[in-house]
Amino acid sequence: MKFWNQVISITWKDTFSEIRTREVISSVLVFTLLVIVIFNFAFGANQETLRLVAPGILWVTFTFTGVLSLNRAFIPEKEQGCLEGLMACPISREAIYVGKMLASLLFMLIIEAIALPVFAFLFNLPVLTLPMVTITILATIGFVAVGTLFSALAINTRAREMVLPILFLPVMVPVIISAVNASKMALSGKPWNELASWIQIIGVFDVIFLVVSCLIFTYAIEE
Amino acid sequence: MKITILLWISLALMVTALYLIFVIAPIERTMGIVQKIFYLMVPMGWLALLSFLVVFIGSILYLKKRSLRWDILSYSSAEVGVIFTTLALVTGSIWAKPAWGVWWTWEPRLTATLVLWLIYLTYFMVRSFATEESRGATFAAIVGIIGFIDIPIIVLATTLWRGLHPGALIFQGGLDPTMLLTLIISLLTFSTLYALILMQRISLKNNEVEIKRMKELSQPFN
Repeated sequence: MKFWNQVISITWKDTFSEIRTREVISSVLVFTLLVIVIFNFAFGANQETLRLVAPGILWVTFTFTGVLSLNRAFIPEKEQGCLEGLMACPISREAIYVGKMLASLLFMLIIEAIALPVFAFLFNLPVLTLPMVTITILATIGFVAVGTLFSALAINTRAREMVLPILFLPVMVPVIISAVNASKMALSGKPWNELASWIQIIGVFDVIFLVVSCLIFTYAIEE
Repeated sequence: MKITILLWISLALMVTALYLIFVIAPIERTMGIVQKIFYLMVPMGWLALLSFLVVFIGSILYLKKRSLRWDILSYSSAEVGVIFTTLALVTGSIWAKPAWGVWWTWEPRLTATLVLWLIYLTYFMVRSFATEESRGATFAAIVGIIGFIDIPIIVLATTLWRGLHPGALIFQGGLDPTMLLTLIISLLTFSTLYALILMQRISLKNNEVEIKRMKELSQPFN
């Protein structure tokens, strides 16, 4: 119980500072909309082409969104010297990881909850269905599970903003492949059992990397 | 001493393997002489996996024990691994040209190998981006662990994404016994070569560390 109290206070701290500054959600949301619009120009306005490339556009957009918002997860802590304070707190490193991870998850889900309807509107696609929402939530958990670890690692390097995408993208390949293919099936109205194997891959990825990242997080932030 | 013995064993095995590949093993019916590259491609892929397994174990031990020797082991093995992954990609492309008519296809195993190659490139990049050497070693160990755990999931996703690979034939007993023997000898040869290169690299790295330590000692205090 004590562990979860600590976790929630860290998540609440991040949420509270986000409410005050509106640094991540507003800027990343604008970026997300820009990416969607630019992709629209890249592939032309032909309805048939758009239908084919829509799942790809959606997941490239969310991947960029993930990199951008996860990059901000630890930078404010470092700039204000808060990380030292956080580490000096009598709480376990696992609690810090889970707390930061939940905060990033919350921010990304809020961004996606706004971006998905916009996507549905602009591309005229049935995005707001139960399978699509499930895929999005599961893939986002995978993003933040690995992203929080790498984000903590990246702030202690010289080229902070460059390190996260370089580390993050190759590891995320299985999630991106699965999410794109599952979305493609979901958008063309395939039943659950056809999507199952893709959703299982994302689920397995989530579970494995939540556990492993939580275990080795302490090495990423140590001094 | 150990290295010299290993060098001779490796040399003898290599001659045997080459003899088996080019003289004894029959020429494959549909693909012809091109199929011979298979005896090089499979061991290289195997070595890539083996070396990254060593990186994985070395990384865990480094994080637990904090002893420099485990970092040296992982670093050396990762270097050998990246070389063999590159060679596996090159031989894979050479195989793909006559077999499928293109240099590159997004065939599952080639794709998985490419992703693997990219992950282990970052293993070295994160080291050079770190502000201190010991921290770079820790960060690299994290990448070594995450990267290895990711391999089965990458293979699963890419296999589901594309069709099957002829490699699956080996496990279904579709391979001629002589071909299988050649493959096994070839695997053995490359594994010995891996051990040899790894030992050389480790002793080189040890010397580097020693020279660095001496240089630091010889500098006047100021």
